[in-house]
Amino acid sequence: MATENWVLPDTDDPVDAPFWRAARARRLEIQRCTSCARSYYPPRVQCPACHGKLEWQAVAGTGRIWSYVTVHPPLLPAYQPYAPYPIVLVELDGQPGLRLIGNLLLEEEGAINAALDQPVAIGDPVRVTFRSVADDVVLPCWIKI
Amino acid sequence: MKDEIAIVGIGETAFGKGFAESELQLGCTAIGHALDDAGIAASEVDAVACYTMEDTPEFEFSRSMGFGDLGYFSRVNFGGGAGCAAVGQAAMAIAAGQANVAVVWRARKRSGKASRFWAQTPPRVSTHWKWSQPWGLLRPVDEVGLLTRRYFHDYGASRETLGRIAVTLREHALENPRAMMRGRPLSIEDYLAGRIVSDPLCLFDNCLETDGAVALVLVHRERARDCKRRPVYIHAWAQGLAAGQQNMPNVFVPDPFTGASAVAARNLWRRSDIQPDDVDVAQFYDAFSSLILFSLESYGFCRRGEAAAFVEAGGISVRGGRLPVNTAGGSLSEAYVHGLNLVTEGVRQLRGDAATQVAGATTCLVTSCDATPTSALLLRN
Repeated sequence: MATENWVLPDTDDPVDAPFWRAARARRLEIQRCTSCARSYYPPRVQCPACHGKLEWQAVAGTGRIWSYVTVHPPLLPAYQPYAPYPIVLVELDGQPGLRLIGNLLLEEEGAINAALDQPVAIGDPVRVTFRSVADDVVLPCWIKI
Repeated sequence: MKDEIAIVGIGETAFGKGFAESELQLGCTAIGHALDDAGIAASEVDAVACYTMEDTPEFEFSRSMGFGDLGYFSRVNFGGGAGCAAVGQAAMAIAAGQANVAVVWRARKRSGKASRFWAQTPPRVSTHWKWSQPWGLLRPVDEVGLLTRRYFHDYGASRETLGRIAVTLREHALENPRAMMRGRPLSIEDYLAGRIVSDPLCLFDNCLETDGAVALVLVHRERARDCKRRPVYIHAWAQGLAAGQQNMPNVFVPDPFTGASAVAARNLWRRSDIQPDDVDVAQFYDAFSSLILFSLESYGFCRRGEAAAFVEAGGISVRGGRLPVNTAGGSLSEAYVHGLNLVTEGVRQLRGDAATQVAGATTCLVTSCDATPTSALLLRN
């Protein structure tokens, strides 16, 4: 599917560039504190609990749907042709409160509206997958398991 | 500063769509009406406060309105969370002796696409929205939709609950001559047939798109005695930005339902002689209907998860409800001026001249957005 005029993140911010680098390599990496071992997402400058240094750590990439919406028009022109499409908020397994927003896909690189007719419920298990939208931007997305 | 500062003037433009006037022109009209309402000359204004999302700089209003020398000007961040704080900060400036006459305004041409920030494609997103918008979670309605779905799941509320809110606020707007939806009834059947925008939220869960402006004039209570209208006092006010939260979508914290509003509420009630049981009428920020459920709980009118039952029992209706809410129709049915029209309605209720008056109201809570860092005002007459 076309991704022209997609809303793109900057990927060269020193705080979160490693997230996007990992995503380009099709890995989901989350910040973890080197001294107190707490994990964070979205990224932070330092550990807010102990001011320890944060390192990027690959995670299993499984979780459960914490909430979801189905997005209908009116939307930005780039997204409008794919509406309605589902968006899920996923809480990672073993990481209470650690959540990511993403598209629900049927397959890696799939269209954002392909899973529209798939039944979805809060608590459904999902695993991470990836979808490329620009040379430097690969978005972690989700598939039901 | 309890009861030290009074709102002595309110002003509005007409509320509508497709206005020819600029935001500056609309703002000048509203400010002029507010100063006339107070009986205060523009040359006496020495302080202004507004939202950071306000596009017009302070000096433009000064140049066209003929304000005096300004000694205080401030802007409050976070969109719909800013309104009550702009009022509160202006009041604080007067209470601290930094100013004598303060104007607070919001002017907006929301019916034009240019005023909807989510309708613009920036070259690259570098704010916290980079963690939601690239996936297509683009609009505030999508962000609040995520919270609403979770609330439904946890507490058994439903679209019928939100429909009850939309229908009640529409009833409140029917007799309001300023309301964009005056004389246009909404039934629960109309609501349930409404176009879905971000499932579970439909068209009628969303605020109106409004061109218009709202302004208020504040002075010290000593000065208020000389003004034309009955003063309405700021009994308490508070801001709130919860530890660890972000601006909307605030879904990356363990419990998004006890956030900014809970902080503001805690600060507000601690500073106040008036407590939730004493509040006669409330104006809750309602860019989306479900924010009223969240606010009823955060401000202590209902326990967690019980707001739906409160609404379904008619609790927010001006016709016999325990706490009449958004008595002019709110953002859903009067106008969406970023919540500042909720403050003017609060003032009207306490002057006793609201279109849909709560008989004998002496206290009014006004809140800003539950989904952003926020603020609240507790007014009394």
